[in-house]
Amino acid sequence: MTSETETGKVQAKPEPILQIKKLCIDYPIAIGTVQAVRDVSIDLYDGEALGLVGESGCGKSTLGLAILDLVREPGKIASGEILYHGRDILKMPKAEVLALRGQGVAMVFQNPLTSLNPLMKIKDHFLETIQQHKPDILKKDALRMTAELLEELGIDKKRMDDYPHQLSGGMRQRIMIALGLIMNPDIIIADEPTTSLDVIVEAGFVDLLNRLRMKFELSIILITHNLGLVAEIADRIVVMYGGKIMEEGTAEMIFHRPYHPYTAGLINCVPNIDVDQAKLTTMAGSPPDLVHPPKGCRFQPRCPKALERCAVEEPQLLTYRDGRRAACWLYPEEF
Amino acid sequence: MEELIHVEHLVKEFPVRLGIFERALKGDKKPVVHAVDDVSFSIGKGEVLGLAGESGSGKSTTGRLILRLLDPTSGSVLYGGKDLAKVHVKEMHLMRPKMQVVFQDPNGSLSPRMTVGEAITQPLDIHGLLEPGERKDAVLNLMEKVGLSPAPFLYQKYPHQVSGGQCQRVVIARALITKPDFLVADEPIAMADVSVRALIMELLKDLKDEFSMTYLFITHDLATAKYLCDRIAVMYLGRIVEIGAKGDLFKHPHHPYTKALLQAVPIPDPSKRRTSEVVRGEIPSAINPPSGCHFHPRCPFAKPVCSEARPPLKDMGGGHFSACILD
Repeated sequence: MTSETETGKVQAKPEPILQIKKLCIDYPIAIGTVQAVRDVSIDLYDGEALGLVGESGCGKSTLGLAILDLVREPGKIASGEILYHGRDILKMPKAEVLALRGQGVAMVFQNPLTSLNPLMKIKDHFLETIQQHKPDILKKDALRMTAELLEELGIDKKRMDDYPHQLSGGMRQRIMIALGLIMNPDIIIADEPTTSLDVIVEAGFVDLLNRLRMKFELSIILITHNLGLVAEIADRIVVMYGGKIMEEGTAEMIFHRPYHPYTAGLINCVPNIDVDQAKLTTMAGSPPDLVHPPKGCRFQPRCPKALERCAVEEPQLLTYRDGRRAACWLYPEEF
Repeated sequence: MEELIHVEHLVKEFPVRLGIFERALKGDKKPVVHAVDDVSFSIGKGEVLGLAGESGSGKSTTGRLILRLLDPTSGSVLYGGKDLAKVHVKEMHLMRPKMQVVFQDPNGSLSPRMTVGEAITQPLDIHGLLEPGERKDAVLNLMEKVGLSPAPFLYQKYPHQVSGGQCQRVVIARALITKPDFLVADEPIAMADVSVRALIMELLKDLKDEFSMTYLFITHDLATAKYLCDRIAVMYLGRIVEIGAKGDLFKHPHHPYTKALLQAVPIPDPSKRRTSEVVRGEIPSAINPPSGCHFHPRCPFAKPVCSEARPPLKDMGGGHFSACILD
């Protein structure tokens, strides 16, 4: 959030290009309903890189899928809105959603080997995508577009005739990015884009993403549990736990002045090569059962600073003066 | 410091299987993967040596060679002064309880048909350690120590009934039940969640002191290595390019590859974003590795001489060695 809520001074802020409003996603299973995402509201502004962090099972990937209406059965979006340039994706006709995937919002998944077809050459992946969206583009124009984009990403255009297995892991990941970018979307959702990459290749990927962001005026949603990666890319960070937003703020606020004990715990348990650490702070316990989430705050059973109130009443997500949002009883007043 | 492990000119080559056409084309010249290429180092008693490098650098193979889970092509591993290659299989079996391993994927290392208790008890059964009546108590005791509590409750659970972090603790307990002197931890936290990682790292640290063990810690994450290890060896394409005490190596890295690795480690602090670009390219194939220094095609400081001969590990003082011609 970039707004200032100081008295009398209301700054005009740009319209977000993507607004998620009070989104709830359920997975009905035999023993009940998994409340995968609960009351999540997030705004994404033009040109911004938003990091979505949390441990496995916190609902971050489900949320990413929901933005393109890709939540798989039996999961379903129970309530809420997802506005892309002011229009609700969840109410769009099927054909429009299909056009939006790729041309408006593109998705880059974590494992390129399972996302690329081993029987198709690299160029055929691109042709398929282009012709799906723009059937009247000539094949030779489509190939030229592909070659230009690949050169931009540092891949020799000769590699277009290769099959996925002939490329290295880093190159496959760049192909995935290129496939996302080919239809010129304004938002890229990257779900754990570097988990299969080595550290040097990962750093190269960060450089590439930051460069592409400027060049193609992209907004990025980076979904990851890798806090180092988020620190290098994101302007703003949303911390999720048990399907809910615990805290949201600029990267600087989240890493240097976290409010929520979960945010602080998450950051303190990562080894930092830049600092000499005698001991890591650890968080005991495990993430909550989302069929029967704990009463009150979902983090309260593991929270080192839990108050009595935390187990009884659920804290609301409040907006504070510095623009951050947090849901914690330690900060009950908006200040 | 007394040496526990001494590795001398260790080499491991894996044959590459060719199809019928490739065999016809290439004739008798059989290609091999040079997984470990003349590696020498030692680990002192009670020391934690980190083996760091990208995937394909041969660090896991080195770990397996030291445990004699693989036989080397040439070179030797001395364990407490004994050459493991010359130890008879039966004697090796007697030594096994003293050298254990923890692998990366806890789910892949546990049988889904064995309860947690059975899995941890199995090494005692195999090696005939303790009286059968004492085994359960020993297992329950250790389970509490590694944080598997309440132990009697978890004892009867199957791997799918406990969390991923608990599975990793089961694997660690199974390795420790025989009271080993030496533990190879091969990326034990790579698959774990952020908060679980910290717990496992703290556990490994505490257990090391409690059981006075020696570790070989294999990792691709230098931040983790810095946190856990006393000394670190950096591997690239089967060779050690730099080895030294952690303080030394991180403060004054000599080899350009170590520098590149350190520069690429993401720092969880947005005010310390990396501004320079990283080294380009990826680790080449170990079938036909580059000549001379393996790193020269990616090295920003490479000179023509770098492609000619393999640079030896040179002493930089204080037990810090680096294999670069420029030093």
